[in-house]
Amino acid sequence: MTSYFTRDHEWVRIDGDAAYVGITDYAQSQLGDVVYVELPEVGKTFAKGDDAAVVESVKAASDVYAPVSGVVVAVNGALEKSPAMINDAAETDGWFWKLTLTEPGELDGLLDEAAYRAFVETL
Amino acid sequence: MADSADNLPLETPLADLHRELGARMVPFAGYSMPVQYPKGILAEHNWTRESAGLFDVSHMGQAFLVGPDHATTARALEALTPGDFQALAPGRIRYTLLTTPEGGIIDDLMVTRSADPSEDGTLTLVVNAGRKAIDYAHIAANLPEGITLEPADDLALVALQGPKAAEVMARHCPDAAAMGFMTAARLAFDGFDCHVSRSGYTGEDGYEISVKADDSEALVRILLAEPEVEPIGLGARDSLRLEAGLCLYGHDIDEATSPVEADLGFALAKRRRAEGGFPGAGRILGELAAGPARLRVGIQPEGRAPAREGTEIRDASGTTIGIVTSGGFGPTAGGPVAMGYVAAEHAALGTPLTLVVRGKDLAASVVAMPFVPHRYFRKQA
Repeated sequence: MTSYFTRDHEWVRIDGDAAYVGITDYAQSQLGDVVYVELPEVGKTFAKGDDAAVVESVKAASDVYAPVSGVVVAVNGALEKSPAMINDAAETDGWFWKLTLTEPGELDGLLDEAAYRAFVETL
Repeated sequence: MADSADNLPLETPLADLHRELGARMVPFAGYSMPVQYPKGILAEHNWTRESAGLFDVSHMGQAFLVGPDHATTARALEALTPGDFQALAPGRIRYTLLTTPEGGIIDDLMVTRSADPSEDGTLTLVVNAGRKAIDYAHIAANLPEGITLEPADDLALVALQGPKAAEVMARHCPDAAAMGFMTAARLAFDGFDCHVSRSGYTGEDGYEISVKADDSEALVRILLAEPEVEPIGLGARDSLRLEAGLCLYGHDIDEATSPVEADLGFALAKRRRAEGGFPGAGRILGELAAGPARLRVGIQPEGRAPAREGTEIRDASGTTIGIVTSGGFGPTAGGPVAMGYVAAEHAALGTPLTLVVRGKDLAASVVAMPFVPHRYFRKQA
């Protein structure tokens, strides 16, 4: 499956006409231990760049932006019980929400995996 | 001092060691300080509660107030604080407050009377890093003839905190083990000349060790070589003190909050309450008699969402009644914890509160602090 990334450290993994969204391993390492996550409501529509979720470490709360526009069709409820899953598996089991893409063309403006990893190297 | 003109962060004598240990350094009160080490805030917090955590607090201000004899120096400090320092016994420590003429708090600080008779007339002050320059100027400007304030810029300060701190100290500084909480002594730690206090700001038993800056790295390496000891950053220091219900200057207390509002009545000595004669006594004694308009309280949010500093507090009818001044996740408490100010009529234990977090109402209630019981060492008589 193809994955795309943002410079705000979100990832989008394409799954047919839907996509999973999460934060990158670099993002979780910068946040530190995640103790709380606020997920969007199923059915909610986001435009690219909207505040979509909140992830909180011991120290601070951080917004997670919608990396692409779409309608939320599922959320990863397991994160609410086990927010540390975001630290352990940020780019796999630690996905935040699944959406149907309303503007698939937006993917062209995101980074591919190699470009994102190279970007992180510069930070 | 903290106000470097070129805005380059200052460093403590342990900065190189922090980097060697893999610390993430952040700016704090003009210093570059470790916010966490590779194990992370949660692990560091829990390690301190279960074993012994080592904190670099060398950014804090250490200064000596020097006069001809104890009574004279004590009276000079009493002119600036509501504490009873004339009654402070040798080798004892008191928490006190520098107050403004309006009854606000310039800083909170620890004051120690030396146990050594040859140092009679000297009180040691430990003040907040971010308030050093303000405190020192304020104190110096208000001292009588013959009393001087001498900042000790050549000293480091480290804290060893946690239930295993005493057994670790016993190996290197045997006399430390028998010290009572809030006492201090000049002791040798493996040959290093140290001023050791049994005190701290985590709610746990522990020590603060003042040592020459040049000796500090060697001393800290000895402590870190002990299996019970791990280095702990400012992140865990904050979650530990919040669970312990302790105020952080600039957040929970400032020049607008009075000691009575801040529920720091224990720092208002009995004799000083009766006599007055400290800055802000009018407001402070008035609030003691009539009750303050607002009060610092513990706040227990329901659910899992932390309520951070600045969160608005409302009553059941939606009226704003206060603000959260410290809030976050308490690792030992196992959930969100907070403190803040509410209008006095809403300060009773159990009072329901509404916290406005990201535009949503979050149910909470007023609870007793600390959130995690203090485990200070009380010497048996």
